Amino acid sequence: MKHIVIVGNGISGITAARHIRKLSNHKITIISSETKHFFSRTALMYIYMGHLKYEHTKPYEDFFWKKNRIDLVFDHVTKINPGSRSVQLANGPSVQYDVLVIASGSKSNKFGWAGQDLEGVQGLYSYPDLEMMEKNSKGISRAVIVGGGLIGIEMAEMLQSRNIPVTFLVREPEFWSVVLPLQDANFISRHIRSHGIDLKLNTELKEIKGTGAGKVKAILTNKNDLVECQFVGLAVGVSPNIEFLKNSGIETAKGILVDPYLQTNLPDVYAIGDCVERSYELPGRKSIEQVWYTGRMMGEVLAQTICGNPTKYEPGPWFNSAKFFDIEYQTYGNVPNVPTTDEANFYWEHASGKKAMHFVWNRRSKTFLGINTFGIRLRHEFFDRWLRGQKDIQFVMENLSKTNFDPEFYHRHEMEIVNAFYTQHPSIKAA
Amino acid sequence: MKFLKLFGLIIFLTGFFIFNASFFWADYTLTRNIVEEKIADSTKRKVFLSEASSLFDREVKSNFEFVRQLSLIFKNINDKLVEDFKISDAELRTLVERSGTTFSLIEVDSVFRTSNETAAFKNKSFKEFGNQLEGRTFDSKEDLAKELRNVSEKIAAYGITNKLGFDRYAQKDLKYGVTKAAADSPVKRNPLLYIFLTFGLCILGALLYILPKAAQSEGIKNNNIFFNPMKNVGWLGVLTGTWLIAFYIVLYFYPEYMTNWIIMVDPVSTLLNGHEAGRFFLYGFIYTLCILVMGVRMIIHYRHSRYQIFRTLSVMFFQTAFAFLIPEFLIRLNKPYFDFKNIWPLDYSFFFDYRINQFIENGTIGIFMLGWGIALIVIAVPVLVYFFGKRWYCSWVCGCGGLAETLGDPYRQLSSKKLKAWKIERWMVHGVLAFAIFMTVAVLYTYWTGSSWFLVVDTYTLREVYGLLIGAGFAGVVGTGFYPFMGNRVWCRFGCPLAAYLGLVQRFKSRFRITTNGGQCISCGNCSTYCEMGIDVRWYAQRGQNIIRSSCVGCGICSSVCPRGVLNLELKDEKGRFGKPILIGNDNIKPDA
Repeated sequence: MKHIVIVGNGISGITAARHIRKLSNHKITIISSETKHFFSRTALMYIYMGHLKYEHTKPYEDFFWKKNRIDLVFDHVTKINPGSRSVQLANGPSVQYDVLVIASGSKSNKFGWAGQDLEGVQGLYSYPDLEMMEKNSKGISRAVIVGGGLIGIEMAEMLQSRNIPVTFLVREPEFWSVVLPLQDANFISRHIRSHGIDLKLNTELKEIKGTGAGKVKAILTNKNDLVECQFVGLAVGVSPNIEFLKNSGIETAKGILVDPYLQTNLPDVYAIGDCVERSYELPGRKSIEQVWYTGRMMGEVLAQTICGNPTKYEPGPWFNSAKFFDIEYQTYGNVPNVPTTDEANFYWEHASGKKAMHFVWNRRSKTFLGINTFGIRLRHEFFDRWLRGQKDIQFVMENLSKTNFDPEFYHRHEMEIVNAFYTQHPSIKAA
Repeated sequence: MKFLKLFGLIIFLTGFFIFNASFFWADYTLTRNIVEEKIADSTKRKVFLSEASSLFDREVKSNFEFVRQLSLIFKNINDKLVEDFKISDAELRTLVERSGTTFSLIEVDSVFRTSNETAAFKNKSFKEFGNQLEGRTFDSKEDLAKELRNVSEKIAAYGITNKLGFDRYAQKDLKYGVTKAAADSPVKRNPLLYIFLTFGLCILGALLYILPKAAQSEGIKNNNIFFNPMKNVGWLGVLTGTWLIAFYIVLYFYPEYMTNWIIMVDPVSTLLNGHEAGRFFLYGFIYTLCILVMGVRMIIHYRHSRYQIFRTLSVMFFQTAFAFLIPEFLIRLNKPYFDFKNIWPLDYSFFFDYRINQFIENGTIGIFMLGWGIALIVIAVPVLVYFFGKRWYCSWVCGCGGLAETLGDPYRQLSSKKLKAWKIERWMVHGVLAFAIFMTVAVLYTYWTGSSWFLVVDTYTLREVYGLLIGAGFAGVVGTGFYPFMGNRVWCRFGCPLAAYLGLVQRFKSRFRITTNGGQCISCGNCSTYCEMGIDVRWYAQRGQNIIRSSCVGCGICSSVCPRGVLNLELKDEKGRFGKPILIGNDNIKPDA
């Protein structure tokens, strides 16, 4: 029986722990200074908005951990000593491990703006961040969000739920157009504006101005617009939280470098989740993937490896999801923001401006490459199978209605979509 | 918009205030005419008239005082009767002396001669209540004396008040009937005006409060629910719950106090069924209005979902037509009151003797009702649950479900999702089902054999206990009164025997399931939180497993609130229904066992 110590109680660390317990009798200890129990980070916004309470975001009841012999330590890891195989804690005695799993997640980026450390300026990633946001946004008359990504739009929606006017600075020409094709990004930008958000595109933060008391007072954009505000949400991405690994001998670049078995340069030291940077290539995937699903999958794989069944991390076709105010988004496969010359694509938008789909396929082989869907739910199972099976776009269109996952009685649009597709791409029908 | 909402709230509160005030707002004058009309038995009427004479033509200012006076009259009458007709200790002694140690009813004749009225009553009731002692031999005279005293006490407690005075059932009826007749109030003089000032203003205010919601964009708008004192067991929720509980207690146990409310809806009742309103007409009227008005809210709130719109329209229709209007029209046509969508064992009195007799006595339509009711139990439930899941009833047709899904929707997040709650739920709801079945079998046994004793219980007591405990207490007081405390499906989840029956079919033989979409779950907890039945939906979703639970009423809200499009209510081939948990995404990981 080994002692497996996991640093971090997010989805990656917890998934690893649960699966190790299913597969073995190892002693498991999870250390976190964020919260006593695992909660769903993705639900932070719903606590602020009053949809949920913190306790609702805990996927397992508190008795679960003891019952499954998973020890929880509420403390902060300050240092790791691979030499003595020990983890040093801020308050408690250090902990000895046989196997160490680092799942320390990310931290919000700051890019050295003037005033970025003023009171009222913050990111949103952890539970303490949420508590801070609760405090910082009390009784304010305007907030500014910087950064056109998923956390940015979440923060905008959160603040809006409290009737706080929001100015939303997005560097790109449309919201999240570093990821979404322009049509999709524009579609979402319009939706954001329809919710009364003051969306400023092609706009960057230049400086944050403070009051004498060290609180945020206003921001200045790169277009020299001054926006008075009492809250600034910095949502310009996250990066691996690895500062505490300095001088530990664990190799890092942007993140902790791991091999296909998620092992670091040191034996018996593994890393999973947001803090990881893959040192090897996976086709169509970035080396750092900070999403819930990849964290969970790494946890599943690592549990196998630790329990004597060495397993490579080989995720299937990419998928992700989000919700932008009222519009749900799902994606399967790869839909690049700027298509390569090899790629053909087809964008459909419903007259309501609340539903859209975007298909991408290889121009020559006609192989289906990916889909973005907005406001229409699609079945993961089918797209996973079709992407693996390299089905062509015509096959996807012909079977599109099978993939609909909307509730009963919803209006269906497959006919319209498929007809529009063949109208725009008559050559494919002929083939 | 804000102004409209506030205006609506004020109007609603005004109507609600007038409604509550009208509860107290009447004078009561007892007259001879009322007594003569309400008490049919001439002897009892005489006794009552003489005892109540001091109250005649005197105006009493409050319902509490008037009911108290009536109670006093009944008590005095009963006390006097007991005094007059009680078997005295001397008489008992004589009886013992004459009997020796072996009791014979013949001795009763020698002690109580039938020539005078009092003795004749004593004679008759002693024979009735002491019948079981006939011919028994006792060890000593003291033992016999003890038994005889028992008989005498029973006669005092039951025999005398039943036969000569007013037992508790008669008192209940009379208190209600007399109070209602004796009331004089602005409401009675102008009921239509007060219908407008109470129900009218409440409906208008509620709609003005609700309609501006339509200006918000379509989609899930659960903002601030857990900061709301109404929806998170805050002061407003506690107040509302307390009011509801009080309302149900008065409705079921003390209707004599709410006569002014009932008077208010007399014109509606007369219009629909040709008779004055009773308390359950008032209840049905309020119930239907709640479902209709809050149904409008539900539709606006979830208007992005056609599933929710259709489902809500369905419960609104079934409540209005099937539960409210059709039964009233049946009464107007002199047919038995019958709710064609109420199914045993939720409709627990379906097999009671008086109902069966009513069916039989009403010819073709009566027999049709009996057959229809049985067909619902043995055909509709299993067949429709097989094809659609129990939702066809619980969240599309049922009245309790209808109220829960409309009036109760703001409280759905308050149901407990703890494993412990599930354990309690399973025992409780199936316990009630077992109780309902046992009670019904016992009642039918009595119907066929004429014997009121079944195995270990008196079937009349049994059905009374069921009606009181389950029918009134659980389904009413707790079922709705606890909305703001434990969520809107307390009754359906912990108590409804029909839900238990539908659930058993759903669990073991149905095409219905909630499926999860591949690996898209992010464990956020919205589905579990907004599940009114307290199902921990997330527990299944995050491991990619179909959700098949006997309690699921298929309201579809988990699917609506899911921000990632993970959940869907589906009807598919039974094969592979339970499935293996699969989270799509990882090439090297096989599904969990």
